[in-house]
Amino acid sequence: MIDDHLLRDLTPQVLGALVRRGADFAAAEDAVQDALAEAVRGWEHGAPDEPKAWLVTVAWRKFLDARRSASARVMREIAVHREPAAGPAGQADDTLLLLSRCCHPALSPASAIALTLRAVGGLTTAQIARAFLVPEPTMAQRISRAKRTLAGERFERPGDVRAVLRVLYLMFDQGFAGDKTAEDLSAEAIRLARQLVASVPRDPEAAGLLALLLLHHARRPARTDTAGQLVPLAEQDRALWDTGMIAEGVDLLQHALAMGRVGEYQAQAAIAALHDDAAAAAETDWPQILEWYDELARLTPGSPVVALNRAVAVGHVDGPLAGLRLVEALDPGLPRRDAVAAYLHERAGNRAEAARLYKVAAESTAVLAEHAHLLKQAARLNRMTGPGPD
Amino acid sequence: MAKYLLLKHYRGGPKQHPNAEAPMEDWTPDEITAHMQYMWDMMDDLRERGEFVDAQALAPQGRFVRYDGEGRPPVTDGPFAETKDLIAGWITIDVESEERAYEAAAHLSAAPGKDGLPLHEWLEVRPFHGEAPAVED
Repeated sequence: MIDDHLLRDLTPQVLGALVRRGADFAAAEDAVQDALAEAVRGWEHGAPDEPKAWLVTVAWRKFLDARRSASARVMREIAVHREPAAGPAGQADDTLLLLSRCCHPALSPASAIALTLRAVGGLTTAQIARAFLVPEPTMAQRISRAKRTLAGERFERPGDVRAVLRVLYLMFDQGFAGDKTAEDLSAEAIRLARQLVASVPRDPEAAGLLALLLLHHARRPARTDTAGQLVPLAEQDRALWDTGMIAEGVDLLQHALAMGRVGEYQAQAAIAALHDDAAAAAETDWPQILEWYDELARLTPGSPVVALNRAVAVGHVDGPLAGLRLVEALDPGLPRRDAVAAYLHERAGNRAEAARLYKVAAESTAVLAEHAHLLKQAARLNRMTGPGPD
Repeated sequence: MAKYLLLKHYRGGPKQHPNAEAPMEDWTPDEITAHMQYMWDMMDDLRERGEFVDAQALAPQGRFVRYDGEGRPPVTDGPFAETKDLIAGWITIDVESEERAYEAAAHLSAAPGKDGLPLHEWLEVRPFHGEAPAVED
């Protein structure tokens, strides 16, 4: 039986070893995929004693074979770069090297996510295609275009950790958007964030991001009901939250904050932790959440999304009308603005206006689960205000 | 087997049955949940029968777009007037016969609405142009 997790953990290490020896990224990635396919065929009766060394040897041979058939001249250049495989100390560096490569700013977020899942996450193109709900040839093409974009750029030194954090955040969010088949992406983003934290243990924002993802993922079992419909935070059955995951997230966050360099992911994780800490929605510590939103607004100046979420916190601390004044100053086209305004109007006692805004919000969301949820909010309020049978 | 598209409309088509006239926000939240559950169950049933191909829901907003000449941005029209036909989504099925396609559409049309009554909603059923058969004689 092949240990799928072992293969997937080894994928980035083997890829890193090839790149370190001087292979260009696209060719190395193809060679590693070929080697993995050979492992699946050849390890049926047990993995070799040193699976990583086996994979590096086979992948390197595949790479050389491909190059040999392509050009003898390139072959001579490669030989110059040949050097021994990296020891354990090199593994963490290799992971960061690959992550920062796959999350290169030249790539669109969707391409970066796909390439990261394949090259570092070790997912197959078919699996990634399913997660994005696109046909496999479409995803194969997206990945190969991303590799072409990166071709020619050598990369011995890790790039910007910030770009990696953003891509992992978006990958997680993609898995959180409500589609059952996309569930794997959230778990995958957490797995990759763990690898990143192991590579850059002194980076508080990497730890902050992992904390943020865990603190949100912990609520996942309560986030949809048995019919697959969205349950808002205030109505979730908090007994379903994963307390172990929350404890891990809080530990990571405290460790990150102790480094004394707060950043946007730590601030977001702090807000998530405060929500997770409340045994019931009514016990939520809104004043402290608002303080963290103030911090987040300072860290991400001009972010309309932060301003919108902060308005909710203001609505809880200073009253719904204070929150509404902030929402009204925001761009009318901002996603979820109408839903937030509806929420605050209901708290202010304006049920009819809240119902109207929930309907407007339902019509402008592109997410089906949100559409149904917002329509139900409008329906609930209409029942309370309208000339219903009761 | 032949493929059929079952098209659901937000508006447009023949005059709706009285059961389908109330807008969704005038239903109760439980009625909306029951309606959604019926649709999921129907899709599961189609999968079970080996007839399911694809299902998609469309957001209500959208525009018409056309080419306006070299170097010029595309021309857009819309959002659409209230009277225009507006597609809400579709289910594609691959079934043995036209009768079976109508049966599936009728089942979809019976989804519960306000007061739990079947909507009797009109569904548009469109056959796909098929491939020419490989055996010619």
